[in-house]
Amino acid sequence: MSILIRNAKLFGESEVNVLIEGDTITDIGAGVGENASADTTIDATGLVLLPGLVDLHTHLREPGREDAETVATGTRAAARGGFTCVFAMANTEPVADTAGVVEQVFRLGQESGACDVQPIGAVTVGLNGTQLSELGAMADSAANVRVFSDDGKCVHDAVLMRRALEYVKAFDGVIAQHAQEPRLTEGAQMNEGPLSGELGLTGWPAVAEEAIIARDVLLAEHVGSRLHVCHLSTRGSVEILRWAKSRGINVTAEVTPHHLLLDDDLVRGYNPIYKVNPPLRSKDDVLAVREGLADGTIDIVATDHAPHPMEDKECEWQVAAFGMLGLETALSVVQKTMIDTGAITWARVAEAMSANPARIGRIDHHGRPLAAGEPANLVLFDPAATRVVDATDTASLSRNNPYAGIELPGRVVHTLLRGSFTVRDGELTEGAQA
Amino acid sequence: MKHLLSTRDLSREDATLILDTAQELLAVAERPVKKLPTLRGRTIVNLFYEDSTRTRISFEAAAKRLSADVINFSAKGSSVSKGESLKDTALTLQAMGADAVVIRHSASGAPHLLAESQWMRGAVVNAGDGTHEHPTQALLDAFTMRRHLGELDGKNIVIVGDVLHSRVARSNAYLLSTLGANVTLVSPPTLFPVGIETWPVATSYNLDASLESADAVMMLRVQNERMNASFFPSAREYSRRYGLNAQRVAKLAEHAIVMHPGPMNRGMEITADVADSDRSVIVEQVTNGVAVRMAVLYLLLSGSQTPEAIES
Amino acid sequence: MVASAPNMARQVLDATDIKRAVTRITHEILEKNRNSDDLVLIGIPTRGDELAARIAAKMSEVEGKTISFGSLDITMYRDDLRMRPARGLEPTSIPEDIDGKVVVLVDDVLMSGRTIRAALDALNDHGRPRAVQLAVLVDRGHRELPIRADFVGKNLPTSMSERVQVRLSLTDDADDSVTITGGEE
Repeated sequence: MSILIRNAKLFGESEVNVLIEGDTITDIGAGVGENASADTTIDATGLVLLPGLVDLHTHLREPGREDAETVATGTRAAARGGFTCVFAMANTEPVADTAGVVEQVFRLGQESGACDVQPIGAVTVGLNGTQLSELGAMADSAANVRVFSDDGKCVHDAVLMRRALEYVKAFDGVIAQHAQEPRLTEGAQMNEGPLSGELGLTGWPAVAEEAIIARDVLLAEHVGSRLHVCHLSTRGSVEILRWAKSRGINVTAEVTPHHLLLDDDLVRGYNPIYKVNPPLRSKDDVLAVREGLADGTIDIVATDHAPHPMEDKECEWQVAAFGMLGLETALSVVQKTMIDTGAITWARVAEAMSANPARIGRIDHHGRPLAAGEPANLVLFDPAATRVVDATDTASLSRNNPYAGIELPGRVVHTLLRGSFTVRDGELTEGAQA
Repeated sequence: MKHLLSTRDLSREDATLILDTAQELLAVAERPVKKLPTLRGRTIVNLFYEDSTRTRISFEAAAKRLSADVINFSAKGSSVSKGESLKDTALTLQAMGADAVVIRHSASGAPHLLAESQWMRGAVVNAGDGTHEHPTQALLDAFTMRRHLGELDGKNIVIVGDVLHSRVARSNAYLLSTLGANVTLVSPPTLFPVGIETWPVATSYNLDASLESADAVMMLRVQNERMNASFFPSAREYSRRYGLNAQRVAKLAEHAIVMHPGPMNRGMEITADVADSDRSVIVEQVTNGVAVRMAVLYLLLSGSQTPEAIES
Repeated sequence: MVASAPNMARQVLDATDIKRAVTRITHEILEKNRNSDDLVLIGIPTRGDELAARIAAKMSEVEGKTISFGSLDITMYRDDLRMRPARGLEPTSIPEDIDGKVVVLVDDVLMSGRTIRAALDALNDHGRPRAVQLAVLVDRGHRELPIRADFVGKNLPTSMSERVQVRLSLTDDADDSVTITGGEE
């Protein structure tokens, strides 16, 4: 099986042809393979060629909340978003805090033909923040876990955080911290600012995020460990990260697409579709995280794709679930906020959404360069297309899409996972729906 | 005006119309027949997720004096996360033909949710939502002030207490400023919300400094549980610094009135002798509440919402 | 198509005519009721109350004693509340106990009779008069209810498409007048 992709714009720049044989890129360059007789030829004129995207922060909900998402549906949504690998967060039911659960998720991912799944292990047993999970057992399991996170909850105990950071050094792991000081955010509902005061919703102050990040970068420096900061959302967090990196602290950080685009003014109507944790922040914070992504302070974009059933969003703000979908819109939001504004190039998008997350997660088969001999994981994206987002047009089981009804640029046209189409001409292939 | 969700939504004209209408309706209570046929055949549902007998009774009396059918739907006890969802309740009320829903809810924004959903078509009246707003309370407060002080333009109104958690403070701050009053909120710094500087009010940490020029002083209820959350050191210290007692009342101008939305914590934010003094209009606030709520229900429920229905 | 001038106002009563009508109505009321004892004049805002005040003044002059008058807002008793935009209320002031009295309702224009129907209901909630009579400045016909006026300033046959506008000096800050506008030829 061979595929010839013609006239794709590599990182949105020079036109190249890509020749794929089996699961591998065999040649790439201008005019490559013009005389070869490929089984399939794709005209990619006008399409941006990027390596298959890697999401370091996805909630697939299985096991436990299969009403919201399953590994099968979540990976299909990922493929539609141009992803070839997603890291599955540990806050499932049961929590992914043992080798058994991470292997189960890993296996379910392998059965899905749509996208690779790399499980994340919980830092503490049951995400309870008191006792370390068997991190080594998860690292040694078939799932080969390297990223550990209590995401949804903060590892707030400083001693426990220190031990976790130290312990995972044994297998080159990383602690991905959900930075939220719990006492400062008791009952918190939205960004603390003038609007929270006006709406009478308990505030989630920026300092509750920044205080934990500041503590953690210092801890990481002290013990010489690797720290990853999940969904950083405030200007102060960006500044702390910038300072930490200038000191040579081994820290990486992610920003979500929604924190790049949406701000807390959307909460005004009390529509829980905009309820997310960390909350949508001020316009100034949105500018700051964009700057942070542009100058490399923030290493990656990760979706924090968080499916919830309708009934958990069609209710009072206070009781609604936190979280929003993100896999199928991530690249479009990044185009809108970072490419169309001239802040970064497509080459930088490839780093932030493929190479860097793969490197942080220590996987070697994704986030690779687009070169001969490399695995044929790639996405072809039409930046000239636009679409009005339709919440029902999704592979996810859930509909909590905050972009519904608004126009976003760009469209994933083809996604290839190891030389096989998972999305072709914008539609999931049969192989991806197996 | 389709709903009454927040006093921020009220223009000066809207607010004045409600207060003027309430003024006329106040006389109904003194007539031999204390009932108007205006809302005959209309159904008003009191949907109370929080126990508030006084507010519910006030709305019930208002609706009945306008001849509306009243259904009391008490969802108290069923915490919002359990039991029937607000959506299902709303669908039920729609099926029952509710023309208006008066909703009291512990979650801020629940009335907005009801009003903006497609679940029901009736008018929504916010009877207090979480720590957000309580617009009819502010309207009756303004009404009471107007009866004692005249037009509120330029009047100095001091509101004292837990602004952070008070829906009464929010609704009053916006309404009274819309009506031209100078509002000063007085509170310990811990009980001001972040961003208070964006409100159309002055703020102070010092009650004594605010009293002399006040035309009205409104004391807010302070919940005892705030003390446990370290908002202030002790009830005694709170009442010493922010409570209204006879010494402080003595600093008020002759004409100044003392208000409280109730229920009062006597001895905490207000001493018993002040609450019962002739400065206090607290009981009158209750009477006025019925007239103001009649005005709101009348203005929301009578009248076509379509502009083409203009008198020929 | 015959071009009409819909905005052309046709004055049918001027200030003198209105003054004369008020005087005549006053005398007719006194004549019908023999005297002013037990009479209560109640006008329907916004112009009926001004007319009631004028009739009361005239009557006081004739009778040589002060005749009281009041106003009765009928908004809350209207049968068309749901068909119009919500509106504010006009003042109601009933000068004395109306039980056993003769109430003369006063309005500017009588047409469908629905306003008077509402006024009768409203009056009923204030007491039980011995009798209720009706005085209007203009009766333009088109009754929709079995209601008639006892005292009429001017019968003015009109078409439904016409509009009768009464202006009174206090209410409208203009010279007294009754004009007709609109209508199709």
